[in-house]
Amino acid sequence: MAFTLYSLLQAALLCVNAIAVLHEERFLKNIGWGTDQGIGGFGEEPGIKSQLMNLIRSVRTVMRVPLIIVNSVAIVLLLLFG
Amino acid sequence: MAYHSGYGAHGSKHRARATPDPSSLFDDTSGGYSSQPGGYPAPGVDVAFNVNHLLGDPMATAAMAYGSSIASHGKDMVNKELHRFVSVNKLKYFFAVDTAYVAKKLGLLVFPYTHQNWEVQYNRDVPLPPRQDLNAPDLYIPTMAFITYVLLAGMALGIQKRFSPEVLGLCASTALVWMVIEVLALLLGLYLATVRSELSTFHLLAYSGYKYVGMILSVLTGLLFGSDGYYVALAWTSSALMYFIVRSLRTAALSPDSMGGPSSQQRVQLYLTLGAAAFQPLIIYWLTFHLVR
Repeated sequence: MAFTLYSLLQAALLCVNAIAVLHEERFLKNIGWGTDQGIGGFGEEPGIKSQLMNLIRSVRTVMRVPLIIVNSVAIVLLLLFG
Repeated sequence: MAYHSGYGAHGSKHRARATPDPSSLFDDTSGGYSSQPGGYPAPGVDVAFNVNHLLGDPMATAAMAYGSSIASHGKDMVNKELHRFVSVNKLKYFFAVDTAYVAKKLGLLVFPYTHQNWEVQYNRDVPLPPRQDLNAPDLYIPTMAFITYVLLAGMALGIQKRFSPEVLGLCASTALVWMVIEVLALLLGLYLATVRSELSTFHLLAYSGYKYVGMILSVLTGLLFGSDGYYVALAWTSSALMYFIVRSLRTAALSPDSMGGPSSQQRVQLYLTLGAAAFQPLIIYWLTFHLVR
């Protein structure tokens, strides 16, 4: 499997897009991964599931605007160069 | 005397000098271009007089001075931006090695079974640099091993008559991408398992770069002794590297407080260490088997 750095960037962009399209109300609440269901008390060890939920929520909040820009750039590049 | 402010006026000045210019102490061999002191706002014009017979064109020297000032300004800007992302002092810690350390560390990577003390030593809360502590990770060996691996891959492909210059770049970027993926997976695992250790990104980069030494040894043995030698060397270096990684990560940085925390956390940390160790032989095999057919 021959990788290039550009394919790594493409894979990372696709993964971040996949995390960003997870809808809060329709999907995450139904499988119990909503952000208001995970914050248990102030225990010391948060556990893997709450860490994962925190990660998804923070990725969706932080990367919303940069993803628009990066996706637009990727679309333009793919249109121009195939 | 014409004080021209444009660029195209140098052709008209060579007849305008009636009195000898006191600053031209040398023969003006530039073929008609005079050394006009005024009109050019560049700061390096005095320097330009000394090299005027080389360049023969004050406009070029002015452009050169302007370009060098732009370049130094750009260099300062790049340095400032780089210092915001990569802490150079922390990076310097990983390259503070000497020959004795490199030799002993390479021996440890090939035969780690007799080493007793795997703890990283500290000096008042600051970890000792690799020069003084054999257990400290460094980035010199992984960098050199990576470059050697790329060159060796080129040579192995040349022996099989499958070489072309693009192959070198492809091999280098493939290995680099796998290393980035491994470091990201380790960082994700450490974050999810809430392991509070001092394992920074550079530590993970160092520990995942030690596999290139095993790769080089396997490829060399495969080139010298054929396919059987390759598999023997692969088995030996994989087991040595797995033992090295498990011992280093477990005692040094992964679980500093073995008493605290519920046992599920420790189990997750153990699985993480074992997973990182088990991934090494797979990636060694994947990146080298096409070189020794």
